[in-house]
Amino acid sequence: MKNSGKIITKDLNLFIGKQHILKNVNIVVPDNKITVILGPSGCGKTTLLKSMNRLTDLYPEMVLSGQILIDDKDILKAGAEVPEIRRKMGLLSQRPYPLPMSIYKNIAYGLKINGVSNHKELDDKVEYYLRLANLWDEVKDRLREPASTLSIGQQQRLCLARGLAVDPEIILADEPTSALDPLSSNAIEKQFVKLKSSYTIVVVTHILRQARRIADHIIFMYLGEVIEQGSANKFFNYPEMDKTREYLKGAFN
Amino acid sequence: MKYFRYKEEKIFRVLMLVSTLFIVLALAIIIFSILYKGLPMLSWEMISQTPKGGFYLGKEGGILNAIIGSFYLSVCSTLLALFVSLPLALFMNIYLKRYKFVLNTVRFFLDLLWGVPSIVYGAFGFIIMIHFGLRASLLAGIITVTLFIIPIMVRAMDEVFKTVPVGLYEASLSLGSTRSETAYRVFLRQCYPGIITAVLLAFGRGIGDAASVLFTTGFTDHIPVSLMQPTATLPLAIFFQLGAPIAEVQERAYAAAAILTFFILIISILARLSSGKFQRNKINF
Ligand SMILES: Nc1ncnc2c1ncn2[C@@H]1O[C@H](COP(=O)(O)OP(=O)(O)OP(=O)(O)O)[C@@H](O)[C@H]1O
Ligand SMILES: [Mg+2]
Repeated sequence: MKNSGKIITKDLNLFIGKQHILKNVNIVVPDNKITVILGPSGCGKTTLLKSMNRLTDLYPEMVLSGQILIDDKDILKAGAEVPEIRRKMGLLSQRPYPLPMSIYKNIAYGLKINGVSNHKELDDKVEYYLRLANLWDEVKDRLREPASTLSIGQQQRLCLARGLAVDPEIILADEPTSALDPLSSNAIEKQFVKLKSSYTIVVVTHILRQARRIADHIIFMYLGEVIEQGSANKFFNYPEMDKTREYLKGAFN
Repeated sequence: MKYFRYKEEKIFRVLMLVSTLFIVLALAIIIFSILYKGLPMLSWEMISQTPKGGFYLGKEGGILNAIIGSFYLSVCSTLLALFVSLPLALFMNIYLKRYKFVLNTVRFFLDLLWGVPSIVYGAFGFIIMIHFGLRASLLAGIITVTLFIIPIMVRAMDEVFKTVPVGLYEASLSLGSTRSETAYRVFLRQCYPGIITAVLLAFGRGIGDAASVLFTTGFTDHIPVSLMQPTATLPLAIFFQLGAPIAEVQERAYAAAAILTFFILIISILARLSSGKFQRNKINF
């Protein structure tokens, strides 16, 4: 393993008009760990996550500067292959957005656009990833049904499976459990812990308890700035900054 | 205060009821009067024969020429318009989304074009025809009607694509889709029912319009066998029959109107049936 980390940002700044949203963000996201981005609402967590797979391109008002290195390659450089960069990062959003097609096709979609066309192979992979996301048993008899008929918790796991199916190296999850009931949240959290040996996982959350449960590495943000980052153990037990201590005491909630 | 708010609610309910009733009633009266006057005149002869000499003076024959003419004209124009409108509407909502000013300008001009009366398109088509030395023909009519329904179709589709949530767009992109894959594999599925509505709207305007085809398509008693021949259309057939000085011919106009209405009804039902599967797959956000 490189000592440098899977995702590294260098002096990342993001403006929306005159508003300074991300301020000199320098972070290191380690490989094969769960990194949790913590921080109060509006501090720029989602924006940071979106800049990592260049979904910020969709918002012309956002002006980025600095570097985002993924495997030591700067993805903000012109000429970067954006679809390929995005494929390497599965995105799980705050609420699930299944594709408007059947459960089966939701998984097969990403496989197909990435060149898998053999039916047997598709069937096998669909089953494999549905199992990986812990959804197979619930949907195996209704694969041809529209994904819209699933419950929200099932939809979120479908989105996880769909994201995993394109063989990413990184999973970016933006408050992936905020629309879910405690049981489904639990299922997703367990999934992350199970998956972390093969992926780099970045989870945005503002639930401290969730961070304590799953985090190996913490990035704490406040008003667009990274206040503190480091191992979860150190962060929760020996925080360095006053802001962190206040936050851990629940001062911002 | 509380009392007033309940009262307000009641007033709005009544208003809604009244306007719904008004629309349903208006539609019912229109359809009823067309059927009431038209059905007695509707005969097999009417839909299976072309006009014989003196048809417009009450002699024998039917309006098969106009039925077939309208069919060719509207189907061809709708398909042509679809080929232009669908990519344009997708382009606006996927590639132009970033450029708000350009996008709004395009929308503004499309809205202007939507508002231009069809007779103006007819006049424009006429100028083009003369420029290229064309006679009034099926082709000139198709071109004119296509131009006339494109803004309608594009804007109607545009409104549908606008409802696709950014999250779905982002989800598709983050799977590694390109923007065109997102357009054709995700947006189209999500919006299929709405696209059908847009196509029907444009089709209905195209088949029912008389002014745009008046100069461009011309009128004839024969069934067209080439794009270069003048062609009869239902709206003009109705117009000419209504303008005839003979009561019986005028009543036949209502039969023609009934045929036109029936035509639109069938197409609408077929289109609706085709969107059922997509309706089920559509994600409701
Ligand atoms: N498209 C946009 N246009 C204008 N301002 C934006 C836009 N997107 C985000 N912002 C602003 O950027 C700041 C950071 O937003 P962001 O969504 O990243 O916060 P967050 O940390 O994810 O908050 P939450 O926990 O509530 O999701 C906020 O002040 C927000 O208002
Ligand atoms: Mg957020």
